[in-house]
Amino acid sequence: MNPGFPLLSLLTFLPLVGAAIILSVRGEEKVVAQNARWTALWTSIIVFLLSLALWFGFDKSSAEFQFTEEVDWLPDFGIGYHMGVDGLSVLFVLLSTALTPLCILASWESIGTRVREYMISFLVLETMMVGMFCALDLVLFYVFFEGVLIPMFLIIGVWGGPRRVYAAMKFFLYTLAGSVLMLLAILWLWYNAGTTDIPELFAYEVPRAVQGWLFFAFLASFAVKVPMWPVHTWLPDAHVEAPTAGSVILAGVLLKMGAYGFLRFSLPLLPFASAEYAPLIFTLSVVAVIYTSLVALAQQDMKKLIAYSSVAHMGIVTLGIFTFTPQGMSGAIFTMLAHGVVSGALFLCVGVVYDRVHSREIARYGGVAKVMPGYALLFMLFTMASIGLPGTANFVGEFLVIIAAWKVNPWVAGGGATGMILGAAYMLYLYRRVIFGKLEKPDLRVLLDLSAREYVVFAPLVVLTIWMGIYPSSFLSFFETSVAALLARHEAALNVAKLAGM
Amino acid sequence: MNWTLALPEILLAVSGLVILLACVIPKQDTAYGGSMAVIGALLGAAILVLMQDDGTAFSGQYIADPFGRFMKLLCLAGAAATLLLAIDFNEREKLARFEFPLLALFATTGMMVMISANDLMSVYIGLELLSLPLYVIAAFNRDSGRSAEAGLKYFVLGALASGLLLYGTSLVYGFAGSTNFDKLAEAFAPGQPVSAGVVVGLVFVIAGLAFKASAVPFHMWTPDVYEGAPTPVTAFFAAAPKVAAIALIVRVLTGPFADLSDQWQQVLLLISAASMLLGSFAAIGQRNIKRLMAYSSIGHVGYALMGLSVDTDVGVRGVLIYMAIYLIMNVGTFAVLVSMRRQGKSVELIDDLAGLGRSHPGTAMWMAIFMFSMAGVPPLAGFFGKLYVFLAAMQAGYLWLALIGVGTSVIGGYYYLRIIKVMYFDSTEQPLDAATPGVGLVMAGSGLFNVLFILWPAPLIGAAQLAVAALVG
Repeated sequence: MNPGFPLLSLLTFLPLVGAAIILSVRGEEKVVAQNARWTALWTSIIVFLLSLALWFGFDKSSAEFQFTEEVDWLPDFGIGYHMGVDGLSVLFVLLSTALTPLCILASWESIGTRVREYMISFLVLETMMVGMFCALDLVLFYVFFEGVLIPMFLIIGVWGGPRRVYAAMKFFLYTLAGSVLMLLAILWLWYNAGTTDIPELFAYEVPRAVQGWLFFAFLASFAVKVPMWPVHTWLPDAHVEAPTAGSVILAGVLLKMGAYGFLRFSLPLLPFASAEYAPLIFTLSVVAVIYTSLVALAQQDMKKLIAYSSVAHMGIVTLGIFTFTPQGMSGAIFTMLAHGVVSGALFLCVGVVYDRVHSREIARYGGVAKVMPGYALLFMLFTMASIGLPGTANFVGEFLVIIAAWKVNPWVAGGGATGMILGAAYMLYLYRRVIFGKLEKPDLRVLLDLSAREYVVFAPLVVLTIWMGIYPSSFLSFFETSVAALLARHEAALNVAKLAGM
Repeated sequence: MNWTLALPEILLAVSGLVILLACVIPKQDTAYGGSMAVIGALLGAAILVLMQDDGTAFSGQYIADPFGRFMKLLCLAGAAATLLLAIDFNEREKLARFEFPLLALFATTGMMVMISANDLMSVYIGLELLSLPLYVIAAFNRDSGRSAEAGLKYFVLGALASGLLLYGTSLVYGFAGSTNFDKLAEAFAPGQPVSAGVVVGLVFVIAGLAFKASAVPFHMWTPDVYEGAPTPVTAFFAAAPKVAAIALIVRVLTGPFADLSDQWQQVLLLISAASMLLGSFAAIGQRNIKRLMAYSSIGHVGYALMGLSVDTDVGVRGVLIYMAIYLIMNVGTFAVLVSMRRQGKSVELIDDLAGLGRSHPGTAMWMAIFMFSMAGVPPLAGFFGKLYVFLAAMQAGYLWLALIGVGTSVIGGYYYLRIIKVMYFDSTEQPLDAATPGVGLVMAGSGLFNVLFILWPAPLIGAAQLAVAALVG
């Protein structure tokens, strides 16, 4: 693809075109709904196919930003419209564009009311997600980062479960409260560095005295988004109440925004504070891993259980990032991608039985394997992947993170590993109660196995889960160079200070 | 004497008299024609404002500069848009009388005089020319007890504020020997001793102006008047006069009293912080949407004054950008409120909006955009308004003020979200009536501005920059 082609902008804003088309459709409600479904599906598939150009065209040997675009936006203020991807972000763009069509397909029948608005929300959400991972300007990043809240708030609030209003409000206000502190940090950087361009900011040295403050301002936002213990409480509520596809996007992409923020801003811009407060992050991460795993063990609601397991997995991710080792960071990024695929798939699995029985209560089920063997097989695959069975996606990332943590501090590694053991316990316990046992409930006897549409939704996720587990280097190779460059810069910054101190 | 500088004001005043005569004489109903003529006059004045030269007139009483032009255009646009909203509402509520647009026209003339004031005397004349028509139109629905109460309350408190302003003016005149802004600026130049009398007078002037802008602690009238007055009148109150009052505060404090910033800055910091806090906390419990908008506007004035209180060029520019965006958001929101009626009857509780997302998706979408924008969620315009004032506060080292600002915007987020919640998440058996095309047009125009501002912010920001450069010199 020729260098001048604005691929990233196209990926970002094409969904909006789809949304505009859906918005302009008028007519009978049923026809409009069907039109909206197809338009949204085709838009998102086209976006996904276009985004494959990133997969094939990305130069893995370079740590530089690629596919960059720059347009003046507010030149007086040093704010530009600057897009680009490097190894850290390119796969997340692909993850977003890949999950969106699956989500739209998964909502094909389960969303029956206000289909038009639902599809518009999803396409706007895709714009915000892709834009956020591509933005190379702080203000632009913030715009997308916050913009995500609007469609997600509506998705949870309009199409969610019984306590949807509470969950949507909590989701919005928690995230907003964290983000505005980040806004102040962004403003500080803006007028002190005189630019909001991210590559240019990397060259700016933030005074050491201020780094701690900025670090906490960024932390306030990212910790809520990740979410880290103790600000994770919005997540179970949001997940439980959101419609299935909303949960998939929430777990698959939105949680990654926080961790991505750490990698993109906290580490490179604030090396001292990052190093200084790494023990704090370790503590919070280990607490998150063990505590939320124990909580997950006690859940009666399938979605809540998986939501808590997400918090635990994200604890592994933050742990890995702050080890400042190549394994740890690569492992963290890999875990994020794997978690995006696997937990998304698990939420879809819950959605499958929810659509049929309209209950997420674990005790409502039992013996489902007898009537839905295909479903049982898929659910098992993703359960194993979530546990981190070798040969599946999660194993690679978690393994790398634990190794890296061991190098830094065996206790931290021990804490992280405990989480993996507990993870096996709660996931297997869930699986046993839902799938195995006697088929006693009369209404479960008539359940139909997966439909062709559902197989289509799951197929890519199965392929990805196994591919990532068996041949991880086709993914790792994307971000290894960038991680190495990030670490080299981080160490150089610390060393300069050490020399100056002597 | 170059009286031609004041042509926009002269045009408004003369056409006001002509329209008055033309409307009184015919026997039939002239309300619609009157409204249209007034909107035409406002547009004419806007064109004249755009063609205006810089300079002073009337022995230095009147000044024409880019700052004035920026603010006058905002006021004229706000007044014209709210009059457009009023036409249909007044007809349905049997309030359609030609006096309404005329009074609005005279009030707008007052705003223009205020904005162009270069002397404490013309400040007072402009302010009174603005206030008297406002007292009357607050009580315009004379058969309604609430409306009459609103008018009376506004009048009594407004008279008190005018008294404060006059008293302050007389003190300043007594101690500085002039009321002309240029001469005052000389008298207060750095190095000159500052007498206590001037400081007392200055505080009284600020109090009088803060009343018009409804900043805490001079906000008490706002919720009652907003609630009691007919909705289009509230829309008018919330838009143009607010911009004019903020413009006047900026003009007075950065002009003659610029070198006394040590004295007024702390007052403004306090007013700004208190307005933001009260605006966000007091709005939480409101059930009437007009009352909620009153508290919301108090909060917005707090954000706008944040830019002025840090006393930097960037801050003043932030004020101008904020007011422009505020005006457009507000006009759009009130377009929705004006169209709130069930089976022909006007309703104004938040719960009346229930189910709007289903019954009128278009109106609900615009309203949601205005609410998200007021809450300051990007990528909408309201976010950029806040961005510039927060930037100014951070740059000037007022981190605490910025922290209050972001804290209150999260709290504000709660009640704006509540409206969206009611519209989309709740349902109702009795949907509201559809909005009329004219009102829908105002909604769509304002909504599109909010959505598209991000694409092309440069013109507004450039114009604000130019205006500030003229003001600060």
